[in-house]
Formats: sequence, C-alpha cells, structure tokens
Amino acid sequence: MKIHKYDTVIVGAGGAGMRAAIEATKRSRTAVLTKLYPTRSHTGAAQGGMAAALANVEEDNWEWHTFDTVKGGDYLVDQDAAEILAKEAIDSVLDLEKMGLPFNRTPNGTIDQRRFGGHSRNHGEAPVRRSCYAADRTGHMILQTLYQNCVKEGVEFFNEFYVLDQLITEVDGVKHSAGVVAYELATGEIHVFQAKSVIYASGGTGKFFKVTSNAHTLTGDGQAAVYRRGLPLEDMEFFQFHPTGIWRMGILLTEGARGEGGILRNKDGERFMEKYAPVMKDLASRDVVSRSIYTEIREGRGCGPEGDHVYLDLTHLPPEQLDAKLPDITEFARTYLGIEPYTDPIPIQPTAHYAMGGIPTNVEGEVLADNTTVVPGLYAAGEVACVSVHGANRLGTNSLLDINVFGKRAGIAAAEYAQKADFVPLPEDPESLVVGQIERLRTSTGNERVAELRRELQETMDANVMVFRTEQTIKTAVEKIAELRERYKNVAIQDKGRRFNTDLLEAVELGNLLDLAEVMAVSALARKESRGGHYREDYPNRDDVNFMRHTMAYREVGDDGTESIRLDYKPVVQTRYQPMERKY
Amino acid sequence: MATPVMDKVQADATASPYITVTFRVRRFNPEVSAEATWEDFQLELDPKERVLDGLHKIKWEQDGTLTFRRSCAHGICGSDAMRINGKNRLACKTLIKDINPEKPITVEPIKGLTVLKDLVVDMEPFFQAYRDVMPFLITKDTNEPTRERLQSAEDRERFDDTTKCILCAACTSSCPVFWNDGQYFGPAAIVNAHRFIFDSRDEAGEQRLEILNDRDGVWRCRTTFNCTDACPRGIEVTKAIAEVKRALITRRF
Repeated sequence: MKIHKYDTVIVGAGGAGMRAAIEATKRSRTAVLTKLYPTRSHTGAAQGGMAAALANVEEDNWEWHTFDTVKGGDYLVDQDAAEILAKEAIDSVLDLEKMGLPFNRTPNGTIDQRRFGGHSRNHGEAPVRRSCYAADRTGHMILQTLYQNCVKEGVEFFNEFYVLDQLITEVDGVKHSAGVVAYELATGEIHVFQAKSVIYASGGTGKFFKVTSNAHTLTGDGQAAVYRRGLPLEDMEFFQFHPTGIWRMGILLTEGARGEGGILRNKDGERFMEKYAPVMKDLASRDVVSRSIYTEIREGRGCGPEGDHVYLDLTHLPPEQLDAKLPDITEFARTYLGIEPYTDPIPIQPTAHYAMGGIPTNVEGEVLADNTTVVPGLYAAGEVACVSVHGANRLGTNSLLDINVFGKRAGIAAAEYAQKADFVPLPEDPESLVVGQIERLRTSTGNERVAELRRELQETMDANVMVFRTEQTIKTAVEKIAELRERYKNVAIQDKGRRFNTDLLEAVELGNLLDLAEVMAVSALARKESRGGHYREDYPNRDDVNFMRHTMAYREVGDDGTESIRLDYKPVVQTRYQPMERKY
Repeated sequence: MATPVMDKVQADATASPYITVTFRVRRFNPEVSAEATWEDFQLELDPKERVLDGLHKIKWEQDGTLTFRRSCAHGICGSDAMRINGKNRLACKTLIKDINPEKPITVEPIKGLTVLKDLVVDMEPFFQAYRDVMPFLITKDTNEPTRERLQSAEDRERFDDTTKCILCAACTSSCPVFWNDGQYFGPAAIVNAHRFIFDSRDEAGEQRLEILNDRDGVWRCRTTFNCTDACPRGIEVTKAIAEVKRALITRRF
C-alpha cells in the first residue's frame, strides 16, 4: 500500500475532470486519478454540440436558454443553477475557443451554430440555432482540447487508477472528505490518496442498461463510492433515453442529424413527430421524442419484421451537407449497418443515454450530505453530479455545457478550499474496505459469473424501467435486482493475478451497477407521477402538488447488517418560471 | 412529400445468423510465463458482430484472464487498436464478415510498444512523443480578443483532417521506421503537430517544425503509407506528414 498526499484529487478525466484539473492545477497541488487514459473518456463520444446563446447566427439570449432548460427538465430543474448554466455558457464556449477548439465557422469567421432539440427562440416560438459545434465530433474536440491544455498546464495524471472508496472523517461531528482509495490496474497495488479536496468527475451509469450509447466503462463508480459511505444520491429515477440509437446496438446518432433537417419516419413513411409536437416536431425534447417512437412501435407502426424500430431519414439532405456536418454518424451507419445514408433511411431505437441524477451538489460543486449540509472538501461535477440543471430531462448540448461550466466551478472551488483548509486525519486502516472487497473477489470460490449477472441486470432494466414504467414493471425490477445482489455475493472470477486484472475490475464495476440500479428502481417506484424521463403509465400526469421535489436516496445499514434504501425529498429551487404544461 | 421506401434492410433479420469462428489470440502474462504463445478459441458469432464482441465472448464465457483495453466500442475512444489478421485496426470497428471468418482470425498486440499483458501495451512512449510536439494552441497573449478569434471556414478546413485523431496508435505502431527505432516521433505525433502548425490561430508553427526537423523527426518517414492504411478515422496521415516536410523546406504554412 502506498500513501500519497495532494491538495486536490480529481476522480475521472473526461470533460468535467479535465476542465476542473486545468483550474485546480493552477491553484493547488493536484492529482487526477482516472481509470482510463484521459482521451478514452466518453465525453469524446458526444457529437452534436454545446449550447450557448452567442447569437452568432440569429437573435438569442441566455434568458431564453434558461427557460428552455427549465422547461426541458419538466420544471424539476433548480432554476438558480440553470441561470448560471445559461449565463456562463457564453464564456465557456469562448474559453474553449481560446484553448484552441476548432469549432465550425460562419462565413464571417465566428463560431457557427445549429438547431437542437428543445432549444427555442422566445420561450418556445420556434427552434433556434444555439448549438456550437465541430462537425459531429464536438465532444471529441472538447476532450482533445482539454487534454491538450492539461498537457500545457502540466496536470499530473495517474492513468488506469480505479477509485474504489471515498474516505470520510468526522471532525466536530461533521463529515469531512479525507481522501480516496484507488486500485492501480497495472500492478494491483492499493493507493491511499489523502487530499484536502476531492472532486468526483467520473461520469454516468448507463451500463446497467443493455441498449445504451454508453461506454463499457460507465459503471457509476463515483456515485457508488459516496453512496456506500452514507451520502445521498439525488433524482436517480431520471434517466434519459436518447431517441436515435442505432437499432439493437444503441450507438448514438446525434440529434444534430435532426438539427440539420433529418426526419423520423414510421413504417408507412409518415413523419410521425408532427402528431406529437406540432411546433418543434422532430426537435422536441428527447423524452417526448423517445416516448413518441415507442408509441408508434406499440401501435404497430414500427419498422422491420418485428416492428421494433423506426427510421431516421437523411436521404433528402444533400450528400455534401452530410459529409460536412455529419461525417461520423453517416460512417457509423455504413460500418455497423452496411447502410448508405445518402439513399437509405437508418433504423433506430431509443438508447439509454444519460443520468440526470447523481451526487447532489450546490452551484459551487460542493457535495451535500443532506438537503442543506455541505461535506467540506468534497465536490462533484458532470454526469456524476446532480446540481440540478437537468431536472427530469436534459436538453441536448447541455451536457457538454454542464461539464465545462460546473467542471470549472468545481475546480476553482475545490482548489480554493484546499488553499485554506488543513488535511483532516485519515480514518484508521483507510484501505481496509477496498482490500477486503478485492481479496474477497480474488479468493471467492462461488459459482456465479460476472457476465451472466450483468446480462440479467441489463435485460431486466431494459424490460422494466426504460421509457415506459408501471408499478408492476418497477416492482419486477426491484425484485430481480435484489435477487442479483444476493447472487453477487457468490460471484467468482477466473483471473487471480495482480497484473492488469480487468476480470476483477469488471466484478467490482458490476457491484456498483447493482447498487445504483436498486437506487434507481426504488426511487422510480416511489415517484407516482410522470415527469420528463420518468414516465409512469399508471400515473401519466405530472403531479406538482406531491412530486415537485427532488428524490434523495440514502443507504441505511441496520444493526443486523441488513441494507435498505431510505428516501427523502428536497425542494426544487424556483426563481422566475412557474410550472406550466409542457408542449413542443 | 416524397418519402423513401421503408424496410429495405432486414430481409435476413429473422434467419439465424450465427457461424463458428476461430480466434487465434497472442497471449502473454509475465506472472505466468516469460514466453508469449498463441491460443485458439472457438466462438459462435454473427458475421455482423465486431472483433471486440468476439473478444468479450471469450472473456465473459470462456477465459476471464484474457486482457485487452476497450471503452466506447464504436471507434471514438481509441482504446482497442490491435493487430487483426496482420493489420492494425480497432477491434470495435472491424466486423467479422469483413475479415474472412473461414480461416482463424489472428489477434495480437500492436507492434513497437512493450507488451504488458495479452493485448495491452505500454502506451507511455506513444503519449510522450505526442506531448513532445507541444500539442496545444500557442498564441502571443497580447490583445486577446474578448470574443472568439475569427477564422474563415477555409482556414478551418486546412487542418480539419488531422483534428479527427483519437490517439489510438494504430498508425504509429504500423510504421516500420517506428518498429526499428522507438525514438522516432511516429505518425500520430506528427499528425498532432500538423493540426496546430496549419491552424491559422496558432503562432508556434516554427517551434514545432524545429522539433520535427530533429534526427528522430519527420525526415525519418519513408512514405510507406502503412499509417494511412491503418488509420481508423480515415485521416490521410502520409499526406499530413508530407505537408509538414514541405513546410520545413518552404517555411510556409
């Protein structure tokens, strides 16, 4: 075991982590612990753009952007946070341009902008061009640009270090962050990082679904680490299903395809979104479009022999436009489906895409231990966090924005805290939980396989807590997850070695997914209403009287060691927008 | 409005698509043996599945010790460059049907970098060469504009191709010069230098050209085009290297 001491430790090196690292490294001695090489992070898979009311191509302002964000989130958004997001968006985009990001340009040489779902002029009048983009690889360019600037600033990375535990020390009765425990993939060695500040920026949890746009590595490691230490998770029932994943594979095809004029069609060739969203049509918010697709499929208008998908039609767009604006996704269609998007429509289905919920924070990125109390020294930003700027449904292009605005904020806040604060003492035997977990898995002689349990988890999640949910389906998921958690105790791995033991890490990751899937299902069961990405067929309306509030889920351990989830609720911050019925 | 004919693609969607395929994988684990060996695995795969799907099937159903890197599984994160049937490719972008499943499919680590375990290589020398070309925008900080710097669409287009790089190392580890001399910067580092040298906003092109004028720099390139063939992003790597060479001679870029 090795012990390291840093002012600031950042967990994860995607967009939020590296944006934070650039700020934190300038202000404090900083280490970035990342389970992947930084440029492997899933920020790189984001395609369509980053929203900011630059008004480079048409009239726009940050207030309209704030409204769209609040409405898009079905009024569960904390409006003070949404206002910061929309206001600071402009400088965030300009920061990236100055760091070198090669945005597409207008004929005047300014940053070009395009339409995206849910972004409108003047509170819903018509779609607006607000998404700043670099072809259909905006996330790739953000990830590369941030990594380039980390190289420039001399950011210190610990690559292929898996953070498996959050260390908490109580000082004067208040829980403080004391550091983290990490597992080094190359050697199997355990490292304790004592730090004044810790920032989680470790991304989402999408791998508990089967059809997902998420990377294999998105297993909710950060959420699970803090949750196990008694800290809450907020709004975990809200998960976004992106309308256009490649049929059966789930690979993302950007909403920018519809922003460029692409159209969704059913088996009759009908542009069905006109029925569901007369104004915004194919550019309604993602939850609305995904439900519409499944409604078409359920009512027998899906395509293919099993009627289980619809089409994204780009055939009316000029090939030059596809080549210039959508080169990657058209390439995906050719590579993975053998389809030529110039002439043939692309089979798509909704794909599990983004966790709106996560570790609760305030607008400075400080993690909350309950509805109001901050955990000194603990921060989170990006998909792992819940500020909440996305509420019940995130707008497209607001996640690349979120990681930049709140990654920067968390990086500054954490480093400034570290400048003032002292180290808090490490708990006794800080590595004990991780060592126990690793050794148990390495020496287990059980008969359960990781891949089998993961497959069953993914199948039950797809079947029961996806776009449409009912009490019955959610209960089925809760029971299945409980069974899988029980069987997980009996899981064994084949690789018993210390060197690059990815067999072991997949088992650890499965444990995280199981914990978080349970939180999601239990939170979803209790929310007896429909809002944004959470749609209950048995409660099809939004219920602002009873559920205009954030879910806060806590892990409880009884005296006899039994685990349970306690749900509490937190008020939504409303400033200028009163809830209204949501139409697109 | 004219609508396209739907339902062209799934004529074969209901027939069982699975075939038996042999994966011949290069195994190496110094905890077990100092020698690398070949090991064969028999798999049932749909020819439309990827080599990565095959490797997962081995790991998840047959042998959990098989070790490789992967993340996004659709060709954007750059984790899973490997040598498949003797050619550098991404396992997640290579479909079984495109590499003749009649014969054993060989899978081995990329060359020129130290193998650590099975298909995992030491990427540090590769990233060091990248860092050595100063891969970040450098401008003289006087008069930084309050808004964005302007750049014409034509100037932006000038370096578009080299911004696609995902640092997977497929190019560098396909280069015979790099195999023989690990000191050579290699195509990926040059591609990333090109991305800044030809960016109209950047003001350190001369410095980068001097770095690449080194004895381990751009002149080592023998124009074998292996890098261009290997690039999973379709970057014209050899052309980019030639443009850097030309810029060194003419000092115009």
